[in-house]
Amino acid sequence: MADFEGLYNYWIVIVLAMAGLYIVIARGNLIKKLVGLNIFQASVFVLYISFSKVSGGTAPILEKGIDVYSNPLPHVLILTAIVVGVATTALGLALVVRIRKEYGTIEEDDIHSQDESM
Amino acid sequence: MLKAHLPALVIIIPMTCAALCVLLRRKDWAFTVALLATWASFAGSCLLLVRVINEGVISYEMGGWPPPFGIELRVDALNVYLLIIVSGIGSVVAPYARNSLLLEYVEDRAYLFYSAYLLCLCGLMGVSITGDAFNLFVFLEISSLSSYVLIALGFDRRALTAAYQYLVMGTIGATFIVIAIGLLYQATGSLNMVDISKRLPEAGYDNTTVIAAFAFLVVGAGLKIALFPLHQWLPNAYTHAPSTVSAFLAATATKVSVYILLRFVFTVFGVRFSFEILPTATPFLILAILAMFLPSIVACFQKNVKRVLAYSSVAQIGYMILGLGLVSVAGLTASIVHLFNHALMKGALFLVLGCIFYRIGSCHIDRMAGIARQMPWTMAAFVGGGLSLIGIPLTAGFISKWYLILAVLEKGWWYLAVLIVTSSLIAIIYLWRVIEAAYFREPPDDLKEVSEAPLNLLVPAWILVLANFYFGIDTSISVGVAEIAAKALMGAG
Repeated sequence: MADFEGLYNYWIVIVLAMAGLYIVIARGNLIKKLVGLNIFQASVFVLYISFSKVSGGTAPILEKGIDVYSNPLPHVLILTAIVVGVATTALGLALVVRIRKEYGTIEEDDIHSQDESM
Repeated sequence: MLKAHLPALVIIIPMTCAALCVLLRRKDWAFTVALLATWASFAGSCLLLVRVINEGVISYEMGGWPPPFGIELRVDALNVYLLIIVSGIGSVVAPYARNSLLLEYVEDRAYLFYSAYLLCLCGLMGVSITGDAFNLFVFLEISSLSSYVLIALGFDRRALTAAYQYLVMGTIGATFIVIAIGLLYQATGSLNMVDISKRLPEAGYDNTTVIAAFAFLVVGAGLKIALFPLHQWLPNAYTHAPSTVSAFLAATATKVSVYILLRFVFTVFGVRFSFEILPTATPFLILAILAMFLPSIVACFQKNVKRVLAYSSVAQIGYMILGLGLVSVAGLTASIVHLFNHALMKGALFLVLGCIFYRIGSCHIDRMAGIARQMPWTMAAFVGGGLSLIGIPLTAGFISKWYLILAVLEKGWWYLAVLIVTSSLIAIIYLWRVIEAAYFREPPDDLKEVSEAPLNLLVPAWILVLANFYFGIDTSISVGVAEIAAKALMGAG
């Protein structure tokens, strides 16, 4: 039981990752797919932040009396990954806008049937 | 002075010039900048090749921070091989972009195309040169994001959905890779690839974190490679992208992803972990054989020639993975040589299709009927590239298959050699359909008289076709460097 609670963050990571991937696969709406993709990426952010935590450590600030602090490197890495995620989402949404203009819909099935009938 | 900074320059030049293109805005200026940047990058890669052959591995400390703390750019034989492929194809395709652009999108925004093109080049070069695992992810995303943009620029509206599909699949793949890198960091406390490989034995090979990292990495890289059955994004993306982009991406993007797989599986995880402790070789071999056959058969039934070539690309990846799955110096040599040769042949064929598209506005096999009479030089280039794709002696394609068959026979698996030859025969079927239509069928009635493609389209295509023949005869560079790279990969284990 203690193990389960100690790994609380990682359970959240798994739930988020699975929920995100499921949305990407199961939903036909292009925007919802992007939301799913974002949730999936967010799970990775949580993963990185979780394993940078050092028990009993505080924020990594150079100050007298602070000896134990969390590993700041994954924080920095994940800032980069968040930027990449934002760029991906922005580009994805831009594509959806263009798709909507060309097809008049953002439902995958409708787009597919329009392509088939061409 | 400048020479010492070469490893950084080959990626920084395209990166800064990408920004410069946006600032200049004028189409001709942007084109000139893009052309010079790709050529400078290629020249730098060639100098690096000479240095690696003479002096061995080059390690460059980015910003003066020594590895494993700072980001290291590390150039060994495999890295420089990839640099040459990417920048070489980039420089041949860049002059081609100018004309094939005109038909396909709005002219006043052409500078954005050149900018995205340079960013894509920069990302692919960065992946090939970096020694830092997280840096690799960042460069991978730079190249992926710009390639989504490039694909979406296609003429057809289906280019948009293809780009969207690739964006979703590509992001999942890249996220898997970043999970793998995170888990590796958790297990070893390092991000430098060489450093990780040294620390992994301490972390223990039965460490579940490491095994999970390996699984995430292989699947993530598999998505980016379009390894069968994770290839669904590729045919649409290559079919609907503008001709220039299809040629550039088909020749470079999947190759760089194969490099990621090779680098992690062999150098970072090591041969002992990847193949002795985990039974990875057999799944790779099975997927490779499936990839060699099923997409090839699908290619035989496609009407759009670009789609035929796209499926053929998936099949060709099978050969690369087959060489990897053999886990021997000979097998890896075959894989690495095929990275190079396949870039040459697919680059050539897609450029030829671009010439045809430029004139008749379609790559449909029925529209291409009788085209050889009107565009003899273009179709002759197609036949040349096609011969190489099939693997006829004296072409680059033959060299790849020859080394692959030697590697298979070295293991004593003659039935695999039979499969390799059989799958090449399928390539004859799908290429013959195109050649038959172009040379022996009557042109469609409504087809206007067309002339030969303009020289700045035809010359890049022919350069690659002739390169196919050159590297089919003189293999001292292509196979020589690949062998050094393969030995280094196997020796790291």
